[in-house]
Amino acid sequence: MNGTDIIIHDEKDNVGVVVIEKINPKQDCDCWIMENDKSVKIQSMDEIPLGHKIAMTDLNEGDTILKYGHDIGKVVKSIKKGEHVHVHNVKTKKW
Amino acid sequence: MEIPKTFLGYKREDGRTGTRNHVIILPVDDISNACAEAVANNIKGTIALPHSYGRLQFGADLELHFRTMIGTGKNPNVAAVIVIGIEPKWTKRIVDAIATTGKPVEGFSIEGVGDIDTIARVSKKAQEFSIWASEKQREERPISDLWISVKCGESDTTSGLASNPTVGNLMDKLEPLGVHLCFGETSELTGAETVCEKRGKTPEAQEKFRKTWSSYNDFILKEATDDLSESQPTAGNIAGGLTTIEEKAFGNFQKIGGCQFIDVLEPAEEPTKGPGLYFMDTSSAAAECVTLQAAGGFNLHLFPTGQGNIIGNPIEPVVKLTANPLTARTMSEHIDVDVSKILSREMNLDEAGDELIKATIRVANGRLTCAEALGHREFVMTKLYRSA
Repeated sequence: MNGTDIIIHDEKDNVGVVVIEKINPKQDCDCWIMENDKSVKIQSMDEIPLGHKIAMTDLNEGDTILKYGHDIGKVVKSIKKGEHVHVHNVKTKKW
Repeated sequence: MEIPKTFLGYKREDGRTGTRNHVIILPVDDISNACAEAVANNIKGTIALPHSYGRLQFGADLELHFRTMIGTGKNPNVAAVIVIGIEPKWTKRIVDAIATTGKPVEGFSIEGVGDIDTIARVSKKAQEFSIWASEKQREERPISDLWISVKCGESDTTSGLASNPTVGNLMDKLEPLGVHLCFGETSELTGAETVCEKRGKTPEAQEKFRKTWSSYNDFILKEATDDLSESQPTAGNIAGGLTTIEEKAFGNFQKIGGCQFIDVLEPAEEPTKGPGLYFMDTSSAAAECVTLQAAGGFNLHLFPTGQGNIIGNPIEPVVKLTANPLTARTMSEHIDVDVSKILSREMNLDEAGDELIKATIRVANGRLTCAEALGHREFVMTKLYRSA
């Protein structure tokens, strides 16, 4: 099967992972949810490289990022749907 | 796929099976490295395992040093051992413990003799061991004689998506066949610690894990200067898209598939509860972790990487896999198994797991890993605190 740009681990996740070399701003992307084999679409806002995360929904400061269906950190700067999610807007809750 | 019931290994005196047939020259301490390396240079078919410690250590740190030395010598991938230390007492303690396996082992001390005469004496014994070991033949051994350790490194999000789950798939398939399995990286389960704890098969195993993780976490919180920036996750992890330790931990945790762990091991401790999955308390630094797992008796290592960690080990072959297509392309000489087609959905996890099992058995049978062919022999002792 071809044409998957983004993989999402779990249906509950609010981020997906870019699995092609990069996606460009305004690119219409095909996403695959591993857990239930469903497909969804999203338009990216940023250039996002392979392996980096995209927000699947609008996120506010203090919100929890869910990946693998689990808490992987907190939003420290609000994020719009389709934007790049990384160390500039998300921090650990642990250390 | 039908999993082979046997592989070709070296049967040892204690009943264990080696995937390799090394004759090692083991220095007890840092100042014996020169002598050990000179002997290994003289006598072909031997390897020296130089390291940085072994003097004035005490307490738990000294015990770990001995456990690592002794476990390395006892590992079934080692046919025979020469131990060299500055003093006879600690040298003898290591020799005597390795001798319980029944394999040839002999100790030498340098004090009162000097390097040059020691090198001459040791070289004669090393030559004898090397020629003796060269006649050992591989024979058919049950697949359950595989003791497989796992550890990931320079992880990125492709590790959690594909290469770590590939290892998990292999574990799910090999665990019912009576294989010993081991994962570690205590600090790198932070964020997933409660989920991991529940994978303990017994309340005792769960309790032991909880205590082990908490103790490591307390130590990190005590020593941390800020937020461990670029240590956990590393700069490489961050470049690969990993944002937090929690994200890294859930990716890491994929390596054990659906298995439950039956016991929690001290660093370098040999498992004693029979086949199945063990958790070993280790650092998350690759060479430290693999050195400890090898000392625990594991005879083959699986190492998923994202951005391209290049580690090897002198006695335990390290099979590297990646799901990152850029790493597979730009660092191909380090990658034994490429599972990047999982990301393009041209390969599923079941197929990837089968590919990894095939590669594992070929390496167990004697195929050199990329790291072996490149000469990677990272042997790194874990030190718990300053020496006296």
